[in-house]
Amino acid sequence: MRKGSAQASDHGAWLWLGAAAVSVLLLPWYGVEGGVLRGGWPVPAVVEATAGGRIWLLPLLLPLLAAAWALHRRTPRLLVACGAAALAWLLFEAFGLRSHGLRLEGLAEVWRGSAAQPALGWGAMVYATATMMLLAYGLAWQGWCKGEVFIVGSIGLVCGSILVFVGYPVACVLVSAFQDNDGAMDLRLFARKITDSSIWGLGCLAGERSCGVAWNSLVQALVVGVLSTLLGLAFALVATRMRFPFPRLLRIMSVLPVITPPFVIGLSLILLFGRAGMVTNFLLEHFGIPRSRWIYGMPGLTIAQLLAFTPISFLVLQGVLQGVSPSMEEASQTLRSGRWRTFRCVTWPLIRPGLANAFLIAFIESLADFGNPIMIGGNFHVLSVSIYFAVVGAAHDQGQAAVLAIVLLAFTLSAFLLQRFWIGRRSYVTVSGKGDAGIPLPLSPGLRLACLGVVLPWLVLTAAVYGIILAGGFVKAIGNDNSFTLQHFLTAFAIQHGAAGWFLSGSAWNSLTTTLMVAVMAMPLTAALGMLTGYLLNRQSFAGRGLFEFLTMMSFAIPGTVIGISYILAFNVPPLELTGTALIMVVAFVFRNMPVGIRASIASLSQVDRSLDEASLTLGTRSAGTLRKVILPILRPAIATSMVYAFVRAITSVSAVIFLVSGEYNLATVYIVGRAEFGEYGIAIVYSAVLILIMVAALVAIQALVGERRIGRRRITEAGGAARPVVSGA
Amino acid sequence: MNQILQDRPQPAATGRSKAPAAVEFRAVSKRYGPVKAVQDVSFSITRGTLVTLLGPSGCGKTSTLRLVAGLEHPSEGRILIDGQDVTHLSAAERDVSMVFQSYALFPHMTVMENVCYGLRASGIRRAEAEAMAAEKLATVGLAGFEKRLPSELSGGQQQRVAVARAIVLEPKVLLFDEPLSNLDAKLRRRVRADIRELQRKLDLTVVYVTHDQEEALAVSDRIIVMRSGVIVQDGTPRDLYERPSNRFIADFIGNANLLPVTIRRTDAVMAEVRVGSASLRLPHRDVADGPAELAVRPQCLSLRARPPGQGELPGRIRKAAYLGDHMEYEVVLDELGTELLVEDPAMAKPLQEGAAVAVALDPAGAVVVPA
Repeated sequence: MRKGSAQASDHGAWLWLGAAAVSVLLLPWYGVEGGVLRGGWPVPAVVEATAGGRIWLLPLLLPLLAAAWALHRRTPRLLVACGAAALAWLLFEAFGLRSHGLRLEGLAEVWRGSAAQPALGWGAMVYATATMMLLAYGLAWQGWCKGEVFIVGSIGLVCGSILVFVGYPVACVLVSAFQDNDGAMDLRLFARKITDSSIWGLGCLAGERSCGVAWNSLVQALVVGVLSTLLGLAFALVATRMRFPFPRLLRIMSVLPVITPPFVIGLSLILLFGRAGMVTNFLLEHFGIPRSRWIYGMPGLTIAQLLAFTPISFLVLQGVLQGVSPSMEEASQTLRSGRWRTFRCVTWPLIRPGLANAFLIAFIESLADFGNPIMIGGNFHVLSVSIYFAVVGAAHDQGQAAVLAIVLLAFTLSAFLLQRFWIGRRSYVTVSGKGDAGIPLPLSPGLRLACLGVVLPWLVLTAAVYGIILAGGFVKAIGNDNSFTLQHFLTAFAIQHGAAGWFLSGSAWNSLTTTLMVAVMAMPLTAALGMLTGYLLNRQSFAGRGLFEFLTMMSFAIPGTVIGISYILAFNVPPLELTGTALIMVVAFVFRNMPVGIRASIASLSQVDRSLDEASLTLGTRSAGTLRKVILPILRPAIATSMVYAFVRAITSVSAVIFLVSGEYNLATVYIVGRAEFGEYGIAIVYSAVLILIMVAALVAIQALVGERRIGRRRITEAGGAARPVVSGA
Repeated sequence: MNQILQDRPQPAATGRSKAPAAVEFRAVSKRYGPVKAVQDVSFSITRGTLVTLLGPSGCGKTSTLRLVAGLEHPSEGRILIDGQDVTHLSAAERDVSMVFQSYALFPHMTVMENVCYGLRASGIRRAEAEAMAAEKLATVGLAGFEKRLPSELSGGQQQRVAVARAIVLEPKVLLFDEPLSNLDAKLRRRVRADIRELQRKLDLTVVYVTHDQEEALAVSDRIIVMRSGVIVQDGTPRDLYERPSNRFIADFIGNANLLPVTIRRTDAVMAEVRVGSASLRLPHRDVADGPAELAVRPQCLSLRARPPGQGELPGRIRKAAYLGDHMEYEVVLDELGTELLVEDPAMAKPLQEGAAVAVALDPAGAVVVPA
């Protein structure tokens, strides 16, 4: 009753071969500059080759003819060779045959054509995908990945896109750092640039004005890392070991940084403590404390980053504390150890890796942070801001930016490697699936007081910061004139009735609609790519899997500023020209936020018994169908999480996209930073508040849309903390 | 479904020898990196039989089962199902169903949706699929449970859903991976009888994996014993129990005591077997003259509280345990220093720990195995 065909179906392969043929014969091979069709018509590769003199495009057809033969005779080896040859030639003609790089102009002139090619277009993209799929068919028919074309193809797709959109740009940064402004290799210049005193100078120790940006960034990150870990620990202790009266408050606080654009906190601190800030005015009027600029620089930046990253440390450490089974501590007590010895010999060693982890996360976040330093950093320059000014400033030195990016990348990657290989092996999760009847030890009174003494004022500060954001946009000039006005709101979001009917006359509409469009486009792509990658990593074994996992996770440690500069360097010139489009922002968001989707799907998949997939397979459904019918329904919460995250991050992100926006496609965050730089705080705040409200609405909507998982009528208890739901085959 | 059953060649009538084997392994090996899970395994399974893969954990039996299913693909060798080479076919393309140890019921689907899942995947319309599923659910005694979710069923019911889901596809081969391990002891005996009855009734070809030798003896037409990735012995339950090919089988099937012996063949069949000071006459089973081992079942040893007579061995009781229907003794033989496990149904006057005893061997429960 089941198709027991010994030969796997090859219809799909023929379809892909057809697509490849169409891409060469019909689709425009080159991208069309500036939206105007070249010569009025899209020009396919065959026409370019015959009429346009681009004779090197003709060999693209050869592998396709051979592949047709291979499909006809069902020789997987030949098919593999065809796919590989097609991809190799595509890479060679796109990257090798071009005026910079391999210099083949002489050869090209012989062919009566010009080697300077425009950017690749749809035809090239379809050709690359289709030939990659042919390669996948060939490999699967040889028994790769248990003969599943879907799996081989997915691996190819994910690896290929990561190579193109993460590996290639980062490589461009490295290459660019070693080149002088004319594009020639210059190692001495690189050596001089990377040891420059503006990066590594220690002038501040000798009483001069400032130290190098590298030291600034490192010290800043160390301080923020340590302090936010301690603060996070205090919050986690309050949340897990004390009966805190307002548990919801802590949960809300832990969500805040997710929906807050990174610079908003800096902005709010300026309005509170800046030279004309509310608190500053209050202190001047009532206590005669003079105005000062103390907030601009390292102190203000530290407070802003602590406000931004403490909730992350809190979440990490809450997980860690909950992961320490109370029975461990109870066991220690029954073994004649007092409270202090229990803490020193059992609890502390168990949470130590978690603390180190929280520290490193805050450390990386602080290094990568761009929004707060540019808002509140003043003359205190850190690497991320210096990269930005090297590109957009008067110097316009992309080489310098690339060198700074390498230093920043070296810092974050070292921290990432440390976290992964040193901490990763030392994490102990003592809570198993078994029921645990233990009750956590109460804290000693001194520790209780200390925790509350830290937590409560911090909550007040957080409330003040967010209160300012939500309310500050509706007063005339915050601090000076606190009378209510809608003026800022109307400047940004007015809708007027004119000759052509209603139109959006507010200054913010353009960037807001672009932002929402980009976020909505990036959301499903990010989630889909993240889920697929997580599925491949968790459920499939293939050669190079470990390396693949490492690379995908590593892209998380690449700071947004580095991504931004690398995209400029990589995608500003053919063969891949994307700058100035909305697409490049979508791509940047997808590859920046994908690791969260990967983590979410791996975390959920590892709770789903593998035998469910296998049962589906043995019941005659292939991997693609199994993914759709069995895995995805179970993963709905994880999908919702990564969709929300992708959407929200696309709206709040500033560091990567500030390099990528154009006059036509501006983004909300970049617009707000611009307003704030001009001192138009009213509009900046009102816009920030609107963004936050939009994200809250989106969060609620997506949650409702995707829905809860329906697995049993037994409710899955999330509140218990220790008792994690485990979906098994039963 | 009945029609399909009738389409099958009737085993008794057409003669099994002509039909291709349901499953055939030809020199199959499976390596995971340097670890050899399955090494050069060959066997063939006749249609309509229940064959058990038996062995201790890590012996390669589950890997072998997964190779049949297509969940693993062999590093070397070929796999045939119903005479067709399926070595490179994925699990979805093979006409094989599996009942998983954890049952692997899809938690987000009802019982009916679970059982229909495979039918729908093979393109059968919903109404027809539901009718077939309902029939199979009735077969396993779960009519009326169609709308429930797996989480609302007991372990035994879940397992029957898993069986219904597998047999509704009428696969050429049905695979069971330790199906009883998640059931409590009382239920196990009934479920294994149910599985055997179902297999006979529907004339299914079943490959069954277990580590429990008693379970294997109870359900199988044939048992393949594996150890460290290779087949140790392949035969009927009676073959394995009464004619173990080596000491591993003798020990693994029925907990035999192993005694060092010396044998000397006296004719084509029989040999003189010396155990310490005693001597027995037993079939030599082609074991060469010289040192060998004697496998003796615990219930075929008897103890007397008196000095040893002719053919008996002196020993001392080290431990005695009362197990309700029999006494269990640990006895150390004075001459050999070997420890023996003895099951004695005589409960009335149990022997004391430390007592000197005479140990008698019943030749009916003793076989010679190569050392």
